[in-house]
Amino acid sequence: MSSTLQQLVNQPYRHGFVTDIETEVVPKGLSEEVIRLISKKKEEPEWLLEFRLSAYRHWLTLEAPDWAAVSHPPIDFQEIIYFAQPKPKKQLASLDEVDPELLRTFEKLGVPLHEQKIMAGVAVDVIFDSVSVTTTYKAKLAEIGIIFCSLSEAVKEHPELVRQYLGSVVPPSDNFYAALNSAVFTEGSFCFIPKGVKCPMDLSTYFRINTEGSGQFERTLIVAEEGASVSYLEGCTAPQFDTNQLHAAVVELVALDNAEIKYSTVQNWYAGDESGVGGIYNFVTKRGLCRGVNSKISWTQVETGSAITWKYPSCVLLGDGSVGEFYSVALTNHMQQADTGTKMVHVGRNTRSTIVSKGISAGRSSNSYRGLVKIGPKAMGARNYSQCDSMLIGDQCSANTYPTVEVQNENGVVEHEASTSRIGEDQMFLFASRGIGQEEAVSMIINGFCRDVFMHLPLEFAVEATKLLGLKLEGSVG
Amino acid sequence: MKLLQVKGLKASVDGVQILKGVDLEIGYGEVHAIMGLNGSGKSTLSKVLAGHPAYTVTGGEVLFEGKNLFELAPEERARAGLFLAFQYPVEVPGVSNSAFLRLAYNTQQASKGGEELDPLEFDDLVRERIKVVEMDPAFLDRSVNEGFSGGEKKRNEILQMAILSPKLAILDETDSGLDIDALRIVANGVNSLRSEHNAIVMVTHYQRLLNYIVPDFVHVMHAGRIVKTGGKELALELEERGYDWVRAAA
Repeated sequence: MSSTLQQLVNQPYRHGFVTDIETEVVPKGLSEEVIRLISKKKEEPEWLLEFRLSAYRHWLTLEAPDWAAVSHPPIDFQEIIYFAQPKPKKQLASLDEVDPELLRTFEKLGVPLHEQKIMAGVAVDVIFDSVSVTTTYKAKLAEIGIIFCSLSEAVKEHPELVRQYLGSVVPPSDNFYAALNSAVFTEGSFCFIPKGVKCPMDLSTYFRINTEGSGQFERTLIVAEEGASVSYLEGCTAPQFDTNQLHAAVVELVALDNAEIKYSTVQNWYAGDESGVGGIYNFVTKRGLCRGVNSKISWTQVETGSAITWKYPSCVLLGDGSVGEFYSVALTNHMQQADTGTKMVHVGRNTRSTIVSKGISAGRSSNSYRGLVKIGPKAMGARNYSQCDSMLIGDQCSANTYPTVEVQNENGVVEHEASTSRIGEDQMFLFASRGIGQEEAVSMIINGFCRDVFMHLPLEFAVEATKLLGLKLEGSVG
Repeated sequence: MKLLQVKGLKASVDGVQILKGVDLEIGYGEVHAIMGLNGSGKSTLSKVLAGHPAYTVTGGEVLFEGKNLFELAPEERARAGLFLAFQYPVEVPGVSNSAFLRLAYNTQQASKGGEELDPLEFDDLVRERIKVVEMDPAFLDRSVNEGFSGGEKKRNEILQMAILSPKLAILDETDSGLDIDALRIVANGVNSLRSEHNAIVMVTHYQRLLNYIVPDFVHVMHAGRIVKTGGKELALELEERGYDWVRAAA
């Protein structure tokens, strides 16, 4: 039975193809010159070039962090291509002008770009390597004042907004990879929901790394003004190469008074092969700032891909009565390593946060939850509830939990629960002896385990996540 | 045709030979009891028939309705109508009992070309069948066996049997750990499921259960073989005289 389960878990990666498309790349390596070149290619204003250069200079003074429970050879930042874009680069007037090869790529990935085919009411921004290919439903959203476009476009068309908020949640000096991203970010999505507007559809960005040896440094900025709300989805895939690729993104969310942002991710970057060759290094900084009173930011993530995942979507609860949530499923198999979790920083009064983390480890993988709950001196009446559960599949994987709690006032309430369980032969045999096949059994056990997280995903994403976990885990019990 | 024919069955676990040539025939409508001391091979026989992966069949054959049982994977045996009520039912956190039961039911229905039920239709069925084991329907919304008492777990096993209507139900020490009230409820449940189209095998140490579910045949296992077979009075004799005389005779 265990060997069949192994086969089940070890299904090949389905997004591992490379699109044969002519690409324009900036020569590999990083220097002020490369940054100037990127900035010039993107026709950026002077202030943004300065933003990049000061971030780069700061980055030069930093060391790569080594505190996470992951190990990898040192990254040679001069071996990375920092900018790659499909040729020819010209202003696209409509989808008809997009390279048909690109369109086929996204159809293969299940992201149809033609608006009439797009799944019920989801606006999609698609990023291929360093460039945004298309943003759908843009005009429709503009009618109610919502700006949803690529970050480069926003820099051109709404520079005052970008300048006001860019780096306001994750400053370029925040950490090593955030500084790197601030210096070289090439694309990303920008989303602005004006005062009082409830975004009528889910907004979505789909990221794809195609060029071998290229890094992806996208930057997403979402601002919800007073009373606004939005639900945002992010999906990611990459082709299968035997070299590691770096993905160092920054996501910033800003919620003003009574605003609400829900950010959901299904991350399925290429994870490397069974022996750990290749795969994406996913070193991402995601943070939301609940700036206004009673604002709310909710992160839901399903992390199944990448050779190494290093990310901690966090909330800074500044406004009184603001709410932060983090719901996470992280699945690792083979040689994958994940060190992921969240930070909930309670600054304002009566702020509340909830953390639900589910780690699933199979194969020889390592899966760690790392979290910080900080209740500041003025955060009277703050509350946090954390729940961290780990599930082990097989006996060669590991799961760790590193929760940190800092409470600096006397009436904060912090609760933490944790559990570890194992899918065993006996559980599988129970399902088999009732007539249920192994795939369905694994799927049911895992979905049962992840239920508290999946219920927070938008419906289509929940279905996708359920299938993805099933695929990733088929065969790993024993 | 017999429902089950076991001929010279040998099996081992971790390289240790446990079953050393078991012969057994079970017909439709019959109730069999398999008794014996710890280590005689009773539970191993149950698990080998159901296909537990830890056990290796090393000899003999088993025909289930004339078909070679060992050609079927464990889930296929279940779909063919074989059911094992576990001695130690496992817990499955996060998976609701009703969802688990419905998946099992629908999977088996699908394999027979029968009608699958949606959650509402299934709820009607399960609320009818749960009366058999006098369980509170609240147990349907709880995770499978999680936090159940020993008696509740055993009743849950019989509920699964009631839902799946197997042709052959093997109850592996279903009586162990039950107080007298729970034993009566479980036994009543099993009795209500008896018919001329199915058969029941009870694996047990004690005569006690057989007062409630009266067997047609009693078999005594010793050192990996069935060494004596008799009617229900054999169980009483064992209760009175112990196993030594059977072993001596074997």
